Amino acid sequence: MALLLSALLFGVGVYGVLARRNAIALLMAVELMLNAANLDLVAFDAWFKDTMHAGQVFALFVVVVAAAEVGVGLAIVLAVFRLRETVAVDELRELADVDPPVRADT
Amino acid sequence: MTLADVVFGLLGVVCLAAAILVVTARHVIHAALWLVVCFGALAGCYLVLTAELVAWVQVLIYIGAVVVLMLFGAMLTRAPVGAVQELDSRNRPVAAVAGLATAGVLGTLVVAAFQGAYVDIHHTAIGDGKEIGTSLFRFFVLPFEIASVLLLAALVGAIVLTKREA
Amino acid sequence: MTHLAWLLPALPALAAVVGLFVGTRVAGGPAVPAILGTGGAFVMSLLVLGAAEGSPAKVHESAVAWTPIGGQTLHVGTRVDGLVAVIAVMVCAVALLVQVYSTAYMAGDPRYSVYAAEVSLFTAAMLLVVVASNLFELLIGWELMGLCSYLLIGHYWQTEGARAAAVKAFVTTRFGDAAFLVGIIVLGVHAGSFEISRVLAAPGPRGGVFTAGVILLLGGVVGKSAQFPLHVWLPDAMAGPTPISALIHAATMVAAGIFVVARLYPLFLAAPVALTVLGIIACITMLGAALAALAEDDLKRVLAWSTVSQLAYMAAGLAVRGWTAGVYHLLTHAAFKALLFLAAGSVLRTVGTNLMSQMGGLRRSMPVTFVTAVVGAAALAGLPPFAGAFSKDGILDAAHERGGALGTAVYVVGLLTVLVTAAYVTRFVVRTFLGDYRGAADESRPRLHESPLVMTAPLVALATAAVVLGLPVLPHRWGVARWLDAPVGTTALHVAAGGVVLSTALVVVSAVSVYALWRRDPAADPLAMLARRPFANAFGVDWFYDRALVRPLHAFANAILRLDDGGLDAAVEGSGTTATGIGGALRRLQNGNIQTYASGLVIAVIALVVGLSWVMA
Repeated sequence: MALLLSALLFGVGVYGVLARRNAIALLMAVELMLNAANLDLVAFDAWFKDTMHAGQVFALFVVVVAAAEVGVGLAIVLAVFRLRETVAVDELRELADVDPPVRADT
Repeated sequence: MTLADVVFGLLGVVCLAAAILVVTARHVIHAALWLVVCFGALAGCYLVLTAELVAWVQVLIYIGAVVVLMLFGAMLTRAPVGAVQELDSRNRPVAAVAGLATAGVLGTLVVAAFQGAYVDIHHTAIGDGKEIGTSLFRFFVLPFEIASVLLLAALVGAIVLTKREA
Repeated sequence: MTHLAWLLPALPALAAVVGLFVGTRVAGGPAVPAILGTGGAFVMSLLVLGAAEGSPAKVHESAVAWTPIGGQTLHVGTRVDGLVAVIAVMVCAVALLVQVYSTAYMAGDPRYSVYAAEVSLFTAAMLLVVVASNLFELLIGWELMGLCSYLLIGHYWQTEGARAAAVKAFVTTRFGDAAFLVGIIVLGVHAGSFEISRVLAAPGPRGGVFTAGVILLLGGVVGKSAQFPLHVWLPDAMAGPTPISALIHAATMVAAGIFVVARLYPLFLAAPVALTVLGIIACITMLGAALAALAEDDLKRVLAWSTVSQLAYMAAGLAVRGWTAGVYHLLTHAAFKALLFLAAGSVLRTVGTNLMSQMGGLRRSMPVTFVTAVVGAAALAGLPPFAGAFSKDGILDAAHERGGALGTAVYVVGLLTVLVTAAYVTRFVVRTFLGDYRGAADESRPRLHESPLVMTAPLVALATAAVVLGLPVLPHRWGVARWLDAPVGTTALHVAAGGVVLSTALVVVSAVSVYALWRRDPAADPLAMLARRPFANAFGVDWFYDRALVRPLHAFANAILRLDDGGLDAAVEGSGTTATGIGGALRRLQNGNIQTYASGLVIAVIALVVGLSWVMA
């Protein structure tokens, strides 16, 4: 059952990443996905009755990584905000492939 | 159907509902608060699964640091305080499809593969501080050190990224 | 001497090449190599004539074997007999006189060296046709002449008229040349060899294929000699310089067709249908062209139509087996027509316009031109003792003797044409030289004076020839028949006194009537009542060709062009446009929104997982 919950959480997280405009909200959805993975780890650890508790230890590490990631991610969002005055991800379009300008001699 | 299962089920429902509210809330701050609820429920789930240390670390780090950091971020980026209509982008239908598909696939996988797997919590060693600590410093020292280096790098990186040119 | 006959085409060809490259640097101008080359050829031709002297036993052939493509061996060389020698002398003489005349006429033309080289090349080509021993050699010379004619008619290519006329001449003669080529191939294959002597002597059944080949040869003759229906290029070819008109379109190139018929006459005798066809064409052309000349105001066009008509006379003579008479008329025509054209050139150079309505009264200011032109005119009309009289009467006599439908037709049409010829000749003389000058009276009036000696000397020489050539009908020892060797089966040259009197009477009646009409109003055209359609636009043949051939061809070409532009080019360019379009469509995916990219990623991964698990299940 824990596994099922984890799967559903992950799905919700995916929706959030793909649907939210605000970068902070997007990061929140990423955290949801990470937590889903964590839940999976802990559940397996309990099921296997692992004496090394590898699952729980790894879950700790995931928490550490998630924290680091949030820190750097927010730093990036702040930098972008300073540059662009906006944090809406669909306004950041420099990667777009633009149509070539129409040449007069064609 | 033991008591543990029931508790876990309830906590799971709370967690899921909070998660859905996180991704559909109109206020950024509300989303953050719902995230707190979700993390709390998850901590409860961990407790039911005998992962004590992880549960408290979850509360400490996630709720205590990560969400606070996010709230700071929202403040610094002048997140609109009121309800915002365009908080969800136009990608919503596709995102819904993707989310449902992901959940469906993973759920089917889980159900198909692990049907009948039952966590017997009565005969496991509880993952308390002593237990996890021993395991961590006996078997996982190297990853521990690397994790600290990672944290250092993230710290330095965050400062560098947000440094204003003098 | 006859074994050196290959020098005849070689010398002018050499002069052409030399003149083209060093002409402008030679002291004395570009004409020097040309005159030297042509003069040398003239001397050579006289020597050859002396050696050949019109005796069949003196036919000389020399050939060099040549295998251009390693299969069929061609024997390339010269074949000299009486006809060849006489025609060669005529060609060289007229070419030399024209080159001398051109030094004054074309003085100041910036492209004179090219002109002189082209004239030399043309002379070489004509001589090649004349002395050829092999049908393909003849064809080479034939085509070269066509090329030189195109180049020379288009000498003033800055003008639209010259360009159009050059193309028209080339294309029209091309029609005939195509048939000519097929005819040569048919005859050569039939005889087993392409050498003229073998083709003439080939035994065996002369059936339908052979006759078809001979008639196809006639195609080339009709084209080059400007007979109906391929006569339309000659009047327009007057857009070229006048000395060219004298050389090419009076004396030599247009006579080449008649020459070929004369040369290959035994073939024609063996295919009488061809002679009948030639005769019919000649009759139509003879009278039609003469009537068209009556209505022309342009001096050179009158002479052009006259050439067409006279060529028809020659063709008619050959058609009724009057071989000697036909060839004799070719020679006399060369003399008097070249004379008339050069005189016209002299007039044009002085007056500055081609139109007779702007001339008049020039006999006082240009006496030498006047006298020589009158001599030429009399010869053309057929007044004895001038040259044209006896040659024409010889043809009429041969027609009368031939009898039958063809002979009678030629005789009657010939007499009618004599009448009309005298009329247009008189009109030409009267409007150009007599009366008072009708051109501008103000300061744009040109200074009317005689042409320089370099131009009048050839005129006098040709006038002398026009008189002297009338004599050879006299006793056999001096007669022209002695120099030519007529094929067996042809009528000998014979002029009956009655015939001479009849045609002279017709000439006099016609000339006097036109003169009298003119006296009534000296400033106007004496035959103005005829200067209307259908005479004025030559019975609409040009109009017909335009509607039937030129316009449909243009439309077809435009349709092909549109097909190419709209169809093929559009397909090719369309592939480019399509590729760009597809690229543009695909570009929509790269819209810069990372959520789009991430969605695609997630859905693709899910799809892969589902797909693979389904496949492997």
